[in-house]
Amino acid sequence: MAEAPEALRLSGIRKSFSAGTPREVEVLHGIDLVLQHGEFCALIGPSGSGKSTLLNIIGLLDRPSAGALFIGGEATAGLADTALTTLRGRRIGFVFQAHNLIGAFTAAENVMMPRLLERNWPDAAMRAEAEALLEKVGLSRWRDTRVNNLSGGQAQRVAIARALAMNPVLVLADEPTGNLDTAAADGVFALLREINAQNSTTFLIVTHDVRLSALCDRVVELVDGRISTDKRQLHPG
Amino acid sequence: MIRWLPFDWFTAMRFMRDGWVQTIFILVGVSLGVGVTIFMSEMLSGVQANFLHRVLTAQAMIVVLPPDELAVALHTAPGVVEDAVLQRPNQRPRSIDQWQNIRGQIEATPGVSVVAPIITGPGLAVRGNASASISVIGSDPADYFRIVRVPDYIVHGQLRLRADDILIGVDLAQQLGVAVADKITVVAGTGGRAPRPLTVTGIFDLGSKGVNLRTTFVALRTGQSLVGLPGGVTSLEIALADPFAAEATAQLLAPRYGVRADSWIFTNKQFFIAVQAQNLSSLLIRISVGLSAAFGVASVLVVSVVQRAREIGILRAMGGRRGQILRVFLIQGGIMEFGGAVLGSALGAGILLAWNRLARQPDGSEMFPFLLDPWLVVGTVAVATLVGVLAGMAPAMQAARLDPAVAIRG
Ligand SMILES: Nc1ncnc2c1ncn2[C@@H]1O[C@H](COP(=O)(O)OP(=O)(O)OP(=O)(O)O)[C@@H](O)[C@H]1O
Ligand SMILES: [Mg+2]
Repeated sequence: MAEAPEALRLSGIRKSFSAGTPREVEVLHGIDLVLQHGEFCALIGPSGSGKSTLLNIIGLLDRPSAGALFIGGEATAGLADTALTTLRGRRIGFVFQAHNLIGAFTAAENVMMPRLLERNWPDAAMRAEAEALLEKVGLSRWRDTRVNNLSGGQAQRVAIARALAMNPVLVLADEPTGNLDTAAADGVFALLREINAQNSTTFLIVTHDVRLSALCDRVVELVDGRISTDKRQLHPG
Repeated sequence: MIRWLPFDWFTAMRFMRDGWVQTIFILVGVSLGVGVTIFMSEMLSGVQANFLHRVLTAQAMIVVLPPDELAVALHTAPGVVEDAVLQRPNQRPRSIDQWQNIRGQIEATPGVSVVAPIITGPGLAVRGNASASISVIGSDPADYFRIVRVPDYIVHGQLRLRADDILIGVDLAQQLGVAVADKITVVAGTGGRAPRPLTVTGIFDLGSKGVNLRTTFVALRTGQSLVGLPGGVTSLEIALADPFAAEATAQLLAPRYGVRADSWIFTNKQFFIAVQAQNLSSLLIRISVGLSAAFGVASVLVVSVVQRAREIGILRAMGGRRGQILRVFLIQGGIMEFGGAVLGSALGAGILLAWNRLARQPDGSEMFPFLLDPWLVVGTVAVATLVGVLAGMAPAMQAARLDPAVAIRG
């Protein structure tokens, strides 16, 4: 596929909750942001600044109140719900803070899920692909284990493998290491960097952990629903 | 499993396995309901079928009789009635006028399979000092025994009815102290004809003491001479291809030939009223069992949707469409009811079989035949599955409508 130059473009994104009622609050006050292909970007900011809200909008889980959003060059304004669902399934991978996985499935089945949802019928290629992804995150041994029996760090690795299943342009991670101890968090973060280096997948990672944001190529800071700083940095290694 | 099931079926199965406690509870609940329903319906229709069988092998579907004799008021002059009190005449044995003609025409009526001319009258059976009052039925065995299955009930001797032969019941044989090949003397109760010695050729057991004591069978000619109606018959007994056409056929025949025609449906009216009441209550029970199973399935699924809200949100975030989520829960509803109905059918069949073994008539014969109508099972399973899918509708729509952003935030 001839990729558009940008993985993500936001212009003038605003978000109000309870619109049209006396309790209406605007949480995002006009966000402009462009992520190039292969960028590895941290999104930081104090609690309540609107990071998760912004991530949901980028991930097409929520619609902005105003502004335009392009995923891999594709405009999303005016798309119907089903079209958004399809676009989300194909172009975006998610890693949430915790409890990312479907507990009733095995690790391999969780990783297959995005493809299975797209095609509805399983095939051998799907299975092989899921196994390859699990190998990449170092969990081959656990592929037939119910994910309820995995540790937090292992579960996050499965979630990462799953986020990559559709070979998305953009992976959104909302505090992917928030529930992990330092060692597990470092491992998961290193894995994200490694994938970024190998596949040039674009990452946007919300984190409170300054140690980890320091390892990103770019750090965007959100304060009270506005981007306050946006700096590129050279990271060691 | 994921190798061959599509997403919605696969996920439905996994969710049910994951919540196996609820799944087992609802399966047990549905199968108990279905089992009892199946048992009840089959037992009812078994008992009904058995009764029908007994009735239809022991009596004709239509009995054609001469019209009632009516007393006519005596008029001495126009408008003047001599005696205002009409005494009902006693109904002595009378022959049907023109019976050969009528018989031939009835035989040609569509739906009629057998017409047997019968002569009946009271009599006295005498042997030595013992005597018993009996009812003599004279018939042509070739016709009559196709309607009333006496041959099936012969316990001693054989079915032979020549001019000097008689078939009697076991209880009469005991009372008179006779066995096969013994002679008894039969005196007609009406005609004042000469007593007639007859040879007992067969002894039957029709299952009822009263019948075994009173009923005797002789040849038509013998009957005619005993009752004192040479060449006459007191009734024509009819069998039809469809027993349930009896009432309509009877109503057609009576005016056409100026006779009385009583169908077995008419004479067993009470039975049919009881059957209707049974069928109505069985329908009500089925509906309430179906509804409670549906509410059970729905409540299990409502809880499951609430518990899995976050997982549903995640599936939606991964590109799961609303329709796919909807189907996951509809399929669960369908599978729970389908599985419950299959188990319940087996349970119902098991109870039926056990009941069939345990519940016996005093003589050891079965109270009702072991019947398991495969269409009843197929129909029950199909309806139950549909009910399950419908019961899954509300929770499934609730799941499909979940806002993924809200569901994931928790
Ligand atoms: N559905 C909603 N309705 C009303 N207000 C909401 C809703 N979702 C979020 N908010 C509000 O929007 C603001 C931003 O919330 P958001 O979850 O995006 O913050 P955050 O930066 O992710 O915080 P944290 O770091 O604690 O996760 C908060 O004040 C929150 O209360
Ligand atoms: Mg947040």
